[in-house]
Amino acid sequence: MAEIEKPMMNEHTAKAFDGDLQELTRKVAEMGGLAEREIADSIQALTRRDIALAKRVVATDPTIDALQQEIEEKAVLTIARRQPMAVDLREIVAALRVSNDLERIGDLAKNIGKRVGALEGDFYPSKLLRGVEHMASLVLGQLKHVLDAYAARDLPGALAVWKGDEEIDAMCTSLFRELLTYMMEDPRNITFCIHLMFCAKNIERMGDHATNIAETVHYMVEGRPIADPRPKGDTTAFANAAVP
Amino acid sequence: MNVARMTTTPSVSTPAVMHAPVDTAGLDERITIRSLNFYYGDNKALKDISLPLYAGKVTAFIGPSGCGKSTLLRVLNRMYDLYPNQRAEGEVTLDGEDILSPKQDLNMLRARIGMVFQKPTPFPMSIYENIAFGIRLYEKLPKSELDDRVEVALKRAALWEEVKNKLGANGLSLSGGQQQRLCIARTVAVRPEVILFDEPCSALDPISTAKIEELMDELKSEYTLVIVTHNMQQAARVSDFTAFMYLGELIEFGTTSRMFTAPHDRRTQDYITGRFG
Repeated sequence: MAEIEKPMMNEHTAKAFDGDLQELTRKVAEMGGLAEREIADSIQALTRRDIALAKRVVATDPTIDALQQEIEEKAVLTIARRQPMAVDLREIVAALRVSNDLERIGDLAKNIGKRVGALEGDFYPSKLLRGVEHMASLVLGQLKHVLDAYAARDLPGALAVWKGDEEIDAMCTSLFRELLTYMMEDPRNITFCIHLMFCAKNIERMGDHATNIAETVHYMVEGRPIADPRPKGDTTAFANAAVP
Repeated sequence: MNVARMTTTPSVSTPAVMHAPVDTAGLDERITIRSLNFYYGDNKALKDISLPLYAGKVTAFIGPSGCGKSTLLRVLNRMYDLYPNQRAEGEVTLDGEDILSPKQDLNMLRARIGMVFQKPTPFPMSIYENIAFGIRLYEKLPKSELDDRVEVALKRAALWEEVKNKLGANGLSLSGGQQQRLCIARTVAVRPEVILFDEPCSALDPISTAKIEELMDELKSEYTLVIVTHNMQQAARVSDFTAFMYLGELIEFGTTSRMFTAPHDRRTQDYITGRFG
């Protein structure tokens, strides 16, 4: 089946249709680039306590939102105008879904940026921050790979991302346990730890969105959802996480 | 039935028909086509077609001009018998009975398998007579009963309200869309099992088209419907199953929902997405 789905498709008889689809893909790629930068900047702002950078992250979010709206309008117009079928229809649906995930990723990065401004005090344990930083770099890698897979209609690439989310979930769980010990040690750490926990959860969520995009790429290429159940790193529900 | 047999996905070059696994549970095969070949003189227009047509469902035949979809439709009620040098080989059964048999009573067959054509073809007579004419060919009915049958047929074709006060008017005085519904009423009046539609809406405006499509949706509970259409959106809207034909071959057959979202064969995809040639 892969044979019919390679990016090298025949051109449409109506050439403008190809232009419509290319524009959608291009806008999604642009959004993806912005979202990647938002993640990197928000984490840098967090680890370096760079308030100015955090503010820039918050200020960039509307650009991502506007792009999502443009994609949505373009997609709706293309559906109305071309009545797309089969792979064309799936491509347009994929653009809508991916842009939705990217918009959410932007929101989560913005939320991290906002929290940087709220962090006060001397308690800034670099070990914990390194953990968050490492998690974020994994998520960034996931997002980059899945966006490449989207652009190249690369099924194995998307599946690799889909399976790779496990590690991020596991890291988030272990970070949660560590933060709990700090909070029990000294209640004055609680504000910082709660903010950091939310940041970690935000990053974990970004990973989930990357996984969603991988599922969308699979649907776009194959015309059906992924059949197997996804491996889960977070085996314990958050609320039940055993106190060490 | 071979529909469920092929679960693998052959590559584009494979000549075999891509029958996706269709859940045939609860489906009743009204017409079965097996290894059908059709010739216009020496020209082979249909090549080894095998296909089920399910009762109570709409099956659409799609494909570029000259792919054989209208030819296939014309085989189903032996329309080709009207022309010399045209012959069919293979097996086509209606409720298990061989349609292609030389012993087949063609008048009875065409009463059981009705046809609606691309251009509305009312007879140059009154609306009432357009319907009654066909019924009289097959049955001798008293006037009151005939009146009922005409009314029921016009109601089934969603035309009754528009013509009930002018049944004596000439059928040709109706609008194109009304004429087409009159032809459907005429077909329905002789109580067929199967109705074949050969591009029934290609000469109609969007409102009339919508009315015909709505009608097909209502009729399918009682009949087996087959439609040939060049309009992909129409095939996607009205049919339950779709057969894609190309150069006399059946390329792919499956549920319409799958055929129009995730076709298996490259040629099907290229055709329905407007990439052909």
